[in-house]
Amino acid sequence: MITPALATRLLPFIVLLPLFGAVVNGLFGARLSRRAVGLLGTATIFTSFALSILAVLGVYGLAHAGAEGTPRLVFTAWSWIASPNLSVDVAFLLDPLSSVMLLIVTGVSAFIHLYSIGYMAHDRSPARYFAYLNLFVFAMLLLILGESLPLLFVGWEGVGLCSYLLIGFWFEDMDKAIAGKKAFLVNRIGDFGFIIGLFLLLYFTGGKLGFPFLEAWARDGGLDPLHGVWITVITLTLFVGATGKSAQIPLYVWLPDAMAGPTPVSALIHAATMVTAGVYMIARLNFLFVAAPVTMAVIAGIGALTALFAASIGLVQNDIKKVLAYSTVSQLGYMFLGVGVGAFGAGVFHLMTHAFFKACLFLGAGSVIHAMSGEQDIRKMGGLASRLPITHATFLVSCLAIAGIPIFSGFFSKDEILFMAFGNTGLFAPWLGKLYFALGLGGALMTAFYMFRLYFLTFKGESRVPETVHPHESPFSMTIPLMVLAFLATVGGFLGLPGELSVLHPWLAPVFEAAEKVVVVSTDHAVEHGLMGVSVLVALLGILIARSLYVGGNQDLPARLAADLKGLYALLVDKWRVDELYFAVVIRPFMALAGFLHRVVDVIVIDLLGVNGAGAVVVGLGRTLRFLQTGQTQQYLAGILVGLVVLGALVFG
Amino acid sequence: MIVPIEAWLAVVLALFAIGLVGVATRRNLLIQLMSIELMLNAANLALVTFSRWHGDAEGQVVAFLVMAVAAGEAAVGLALVIAFFRHRRSVLVDEAAQMKH
Repeated sequence: MITPALATRLLPFIVLLPLFGAVVNGLFGARLSRRAVGLLGTATIFTSFALSILAVLGVYGLAHAGAEGTPRLVFTAWSWIASPNLSVDVAFLLDPLSSVMLLIVTGVSAFIHLYSIGYMAHDRSPARYFAYLNLFVFAMLLLILGESLPLLFVGWEGVGLCSYLLIGFWFEDMDKAIAGKKAFLVNRIGDFGFIIGLFLLLYFTGGKLGFPFLEAWARDGGLDPLHGVWITVITLTLFVGATGKSAQIPLYVWLPDAMAGPTPVSALIHAATMVTAGVYMIARLNFLFVAAPVTMAVIAGIGALTALFAASIGLVQNDIKKVLAYSTVSQLGYMFLGVGVGAFGAGVFHLMTHAFFKACLFLGAGSVIHAMSGEQDIRKMGGLASRLPITHATFLVSCLAIAGIPIFSGFFSKDEILFMAFGNTGLFAPWLGKLYFALGLGGALMTAFYMFRLYFLTFKGESRVPETVHPHESPFSMTIPLMVLAFLATVGGFLGLPGELSVLHPWLAPVFEAAEKVVVVSTDHAVEHGLMGVSVLVALLGILIARSLYVGGNQDLPARLAADLKGLYALLVDKWRVDELYFAVVIRPFMALAGFLHRVVDVIVIDLLGVNGAGAVVVGLGRTLRFLQTGQTQQYLAGILVGLVVLGALVFG
Repeated sequence: MIVPIEAWLAVVLALFAIGLVGVATRRNLLIQLMSIELMLNAANLALVTFSRWHGDAEGQVVAFLVMAVAAGEAAVGLALVIAFFRHRRSVLVDEAAQMKH
């Protein structure tokens, strides 16, 4: 049995092992063999994963020892900032919530590292790749295990950096470098909101930002002087940070472009882990967010809108990774809908199942792209099921999971979120929950449709593969992670069965109990079962439509629809032209301002008048005064005499 | 007969003015040196005059000191003039303007 003291001591090792891998691969990787680089990168994460399981067993032991309150393990490394007005420790916190995140992140990372060995087998710089990937895991663990908001923010920025580095991993390609830059800049906008919220909170708490402290502070009435307005401002600015990192309206635009990175990166960073950081942050600070009903309604609304909006774009994309990217944005919307209606447990549950099935989908897509020698256009695929049997089977399982077919994991988590939205009457307005539910249900229909459109176009029907390409199943290092993740995507939902059967919810209860009590949900099991039936029907409907349109008898219909609804179709293909809108409204005025500052302020005021002007004055003065220096000492003496006389006249005159 | 202090001071002023005008107007370094000596001696005379007038010997002591320093100064000055003459074959001060360029 793992004692809590031992488990606590494991925490720094869990965090530092990936950093060790990153440093070794980053500094010496160029001299190591390709095999050694991959093994080192993967082994550190697997070790970290094993230690994580042990540490979580420690929390489990603590939870069952019958102690009061939330079972927590805190490892304090050192005091980071110590002053009367601000005190922050470098400390790691493992409680039920971070336990769940820890297992998801280290587990999924471990298998994606394994997959990367196969996927990056022909790449030119595997050491750089594995160094970045390990560094990412380090930053993500810092984010999850950080005991205070500033430490979480360090991890938050760290994952942003690694995301940038990995999106632009193939930086010789200008488009990929630009995609990385876009991701970084959009994230910076969100982070700006985050840091404003952090400083405001700092002001009100008197300089302490540890999560256990904040929770006790909020519980003991620390929020009372914030008068509802400030708490709304704080939580909204923090949520702005979440919309950046977790790709929600209006800052979601970077995620689809982020697909420029290697596919395992898309699976790990841009599907399973980093993009869920916003959900984690809100779940972590649940006691603050429930005190701001307006913020909660906004979060749920943004989540529901994003779920529907991104799904609508996903309907018509032809790039296998783009479809998955919009699907990720949409699924993240569901998570925000969940936490926004106060169902924190359901949000985290969906985060977990999504990590499984979306990582599996991305890795499956990677396997397909690998087999197709880099082709990503699903119009040039088809009939791959027999060529890639393992990829096909795992992809199908994950599609069923995301579509919400019963027994697969996505069904339980998505259903719980939709039910909680439907049953929530404590939002801003009582009918708001029903509206969000309707939006979510619409998104679910589209999700089932576009996922199976993707599935049918890729794996079924007649092969449209070009003659020159010979698809082949991927090596074991790639198929093993696929099978593991597909297994988890199938059974992961059983952790969160509805009602009394759930394992996950009682586990998270100590963290969310107080917050979930604040939110009003009218629980009625008859309604729950009815809604379940509705969403299953909707999912089946979506699948059947996709089947009829892409492998069934109506294969000419998509083209006809596209022709008949030309305007709408073009709008969807152009992603609602949001990028263009941002370009016109934000980027172009910004560039104009920058151009003005460059041409007028910089070139004329600073360079011409300031720097060169000062130089010209000195040079001109020197040139004039030069004539005074004749070298004739007698003239100098005459000058001295005149000066003396003038001075004398002034002093004595 | 007691000569009034104003008369002494008039001589001091005259000596100093002659020295100053000499330095300022003559181009010959030797004459400039002599003019400087004149100014030093004017100062000495002033010191001695005020010493007597105050009935205090200190001024006369300083005057001896100035004479000693003036002797050293004359030696160094003459050495410089000779070095300059060797270099330029001239003792005219307006020849010494190379540092300007």
